[in-house]
Amino acid sequence: MKGIRTLAMASAMTALLVGGAVAGTLDTVKEKGYVNTGVSGKVIGFSSPDAKGEWTGLDVEFGRAVAAAIFNDPTKVRFTPVAFKEAFTALQSGEIDILARNTTWTYQRDTKLGLEFVGTIFYDGQGFMVKKSLGVKSAAELNGASVCTQAGTTTELNVSDYFVSKGMTYKPVVYESADEATVIYDSGRCDVYTTDTSGLAARRSTLGNPKDHLILPEIISKEPLGPAVRQGDQQWSDIVRWVLFALINAEELGITSKNVDEMMKSTNPAIQRFLGIDANYGEYMGLTADWAYRIIKHVGNYGEMYERNVGPATSLGLERGVNALWTKGGLMYAPPIR
Amino acid sequence: MAKRPRDEQTTWKSSRLNDPRIRGWLAQAAVLAILIAAIVYGIYNVSHNLTKAGITTGFTFLGHPAGFDISQTLIPYSSRSTYADAFVIGLLNTLLVSFLGMVSATFLGFFLGVIRLSPNWIVAKMAEAYTEVIRNIPLLLQVLFWYLAILSPLPGPRAALNLGDAFFLCNRGLQIPRPVFGENFAATPLALLAAIVLAVVISRWARRRQLKTGRPFPSLSCGLALIVAMPLIALAATGFPLHWEVPELSGFNFKGGITVLPELIALWLSLTLYTATFIGEYVRSGILAVDKGQREAAYALGHRPWMTYRLIIIPQAMRVVTPPLISQYLTLVKNSSLAVVIGYPDLIHVFAGTALNQSGQAVEIISITMAVYLFISLVISLVMNWYNKHYALRGQ
Repeated sequence: MKGIRTLAMASAMTALLVGGAVAGTLDTVKEKGYVNTGVSGKVIGFSSPDAKGEWTGLDVEFGRAVAAAIFNDPTKVRFTPVAFKEAFTALQSGEIDILARNTTWTYQRDTKLGLEFVGTIFYDGQGFMVKKSLGVKSAAELNGASVCTQAGTTTELNVSDYFVSKGMTYKPVVYESADEATVIYDSGRCDVYTTDTSGLAARRSTLGNPKDHLILPEIISKEPLGPAVRQGDQQWSDIVRWVLFALINAEELGITSKNVDEMMKSTNPAIQRFLGIDANYGEYMGLTADWAYRIIKHVGNYGEMYERNVGPATSLGLERGVNALWTKGGLMYAPPIR
Repeated sequence: MAKRPRDEQTTWKSSRLNDPRIRGWLAQAAVLAILIAAIVYGIYNVSHNLTKAGITTGFTFLGHPAGFDISQTLIPYSSRSTYADAFVIGLLNTLLVSFLGMVSATFLGFFLGVIRLSPNWIVAKMAEAYTEVIRNIPLLLQVLFWYLAILSPLPGPRAALNLGDAFFLCNRGLQIPRPVFGENFAATPLALLAAIVLAVVISRWARRRQLKTGRPFPSLSCGLALIVAMPLIALAATGFPLHWEVPELSGFNFKGGITVLPELIALWLSLTLYTATFIGEYVRSGILAVDKGQREAAYALGHRPWMTYRLIIIPQAMRVVTPPLISQYLTLVKNSSLAVVIGYPDLIHVFAGTALNQSGQAVEIISITMAVYLFISLVISLVMNWYNKHYALRGQ
C-alpha cells in the first residue's frame, strides 16, 4: 500500500512539474536568467563560432534578439549546438527553449512533432553543388550521379522527389553530419553535394579550393528556415514570433541600431507604437513596453542582421533575393504591430 | 524429538508469515508487483506526456511511404516504399555485414590463434604484434581509418581500375558482374544440392568403413570432385542458361552489375580485423588448454600435425573457445552499428537515423531497434549454446 501511495504521489508530482514547465517557458527563462537556443553550431553565416570564439550568424543573432527583448541584455543567451538528429527531441524535452538551427518549416514537423514554427527567418531552397571538372551545367544532366547528403533532413526527401519526377536515377550516399558529407564529397566519393543553397555557399567557403566547385542554377525545393518552439506555450511562441516580426518591421520602418534613439523622437505613429512610446504593447506578452526598442538597440533590424552574416559583403556572399522586404520585391513581410 | 511435529504445526497455524519459504515467496511477489507497476507507470507516463506535448504516437507510421532512398538495398526498395520496408532493408544490411564479419573473423581468428603458437619465431611474433596493435585501438577509429584508407587512393569511376574487363574498382565501390539466370537454371543448384548430400553420405560411409576395417577412403577429394563436377554437368546439359551482366561505365557511374559499396568493404574489413584478434586469443587459450600429452599421444600414434589438430586438439579446444566466441559474435553484431559514422545503411543509420527524423516517432523507433538487437543477440546465443552443449557432451 505504501508503495502504491508513493507511486501515486510521485506520478501526481511529475504531472504537476511537467505541467508547470510547459505552462511558463518565459518564467522559467527569467528564473534561470538566460535563453537556451539550440543552434547547428557549424554553418557559417547561421551559427558558428568565429576566430575569437564568439558565436556569430543569423540564427545566433535571433537568439540574442529574444534575450534582448526579455532581459534588455543580448548576452543573456546560451547557445547549445544540437546535432540534427537530436534537434527536435532537445526542444520537445525542454533542453532548449528555442530551436534556431536553419531548420525547414514543414507540415509534418509543425503538426506531428509537438513543435511550433514561428515564422521564416530565411527563405531558402535546395540546390546542388558539383565539381567544375565534371563539366555539368544543369541539374538535368545529373542522371546516375552519386549524391552526398545528410540523414533525416528534408534535403534527403527532396532529392528523391526531384530525381523521381525527372525520371532520373541517382545513388544516395547519406551521412549523419553535414561536416562528414562535405568532407566525403570533397574526397570524390560523390559527384554531387546537396543541401539548401545557403548551406552550399557556407560549405563551399570551407572546402580546400572553393573555386573548383559550382552551385548549379536549379532550386528544387522550398526551404523556409525558421525558429521553432515547443507546442503548448502560447505566450512563449508569441514572444518568439513577434521578436521575428519586430526585426522585419523595424527594417520596413527604417529603424536601425544606429538611429533607434533618434527614432524615439519620431512623430510617425507606427514608429511610436513600435518603440512603445505611447502604449505598452509588450505587456500582452509578459514583456516591457520597450521590448522592440531593446531588440533593435542591441541587435539591429533584419536587414542589418542579413548584411552582417550572409549578405554580399560576407564570405557567403548571398544577395537579398527573395529575402528582401516585400516592398522591395522580396518575401519578407510581417504583420503590423498595433 | 516427539514434540517437534506438533511444534511445527502450531507455528504453521499461528502465523504463516514466519515460514521462511512463504516469506520468500511474498517478498518476491512484492518485488515483481513493484517492478510491473513501475513499468506500467513508465509507459503510461511516456504516452501521457507525449500526447500532452502534441506528439503523435503509435505504430501506424510504419505503413506510410518513407520518401527517402537507401544506397544498398538487398531486396527491391524505392522512395515510395513504406517505413516498414525501410526497416527491413536496414535490418538486412545489418545482418549482411554481421554475417560476413562473423565468417571472416572466425577464419582469420583461428588462423591467428594457430600461428601465434607456431614454433617459427617470426611468424608467432608477427601474429602477436598484430593482435596487440589492432585490439588496442578503438574500433571507431579503425572504421574511419579503413573508410578513408579505402576511399582516398581510389580513382573516380572514369579512371576506375579495370580488372579483366569484368571487375572495376573505384571510389564508388567494387563493381562486379551480376549473374542473369535463364530458363532451366534451377537444375544447377539442384545438382549442387544433390552433390553435397552425396558427399556427406560418402564421407559417413568412409568413416564407418575405416572404423571397421581400417582402410581409408579419399572421401574429401571425392566429395569435392562431386560438388564441382555435378553442377557443371547440369549446367552443360541445360545449355549454359547463365549470363553475366558486366558493369559498364555510363555517364557518372557504372551501370549494370552489382556494386559493393566502399562503406560495406570498410566496415566488413574493420569488424573482421578487430574481432579476429579476440577470437585468435580465445583459440590460442583453447589450444593451450589441451594437455600436452594429447598431442604427444597423437604423434606417437603416427598422426600428422594437421590430423592431430583436426581430430584431437581442435575438438577439445572448442569446448574452451565456444563460450567466449559467442560473446564475440554478439559484440560484432552490436559493433556493426558503427556503420553510422561512415554512412553504411544499417539498421541504426536507416531506421534509427533517417526514418526516426523523417517520421518523428523517436520512442517507437528506438524501442523497435532495441528489440531487434536483443532478438538477434538472443538467437545467436541460442544457436551457439546449442553448439556448445553438443560439443561438451560428445567429449565426455
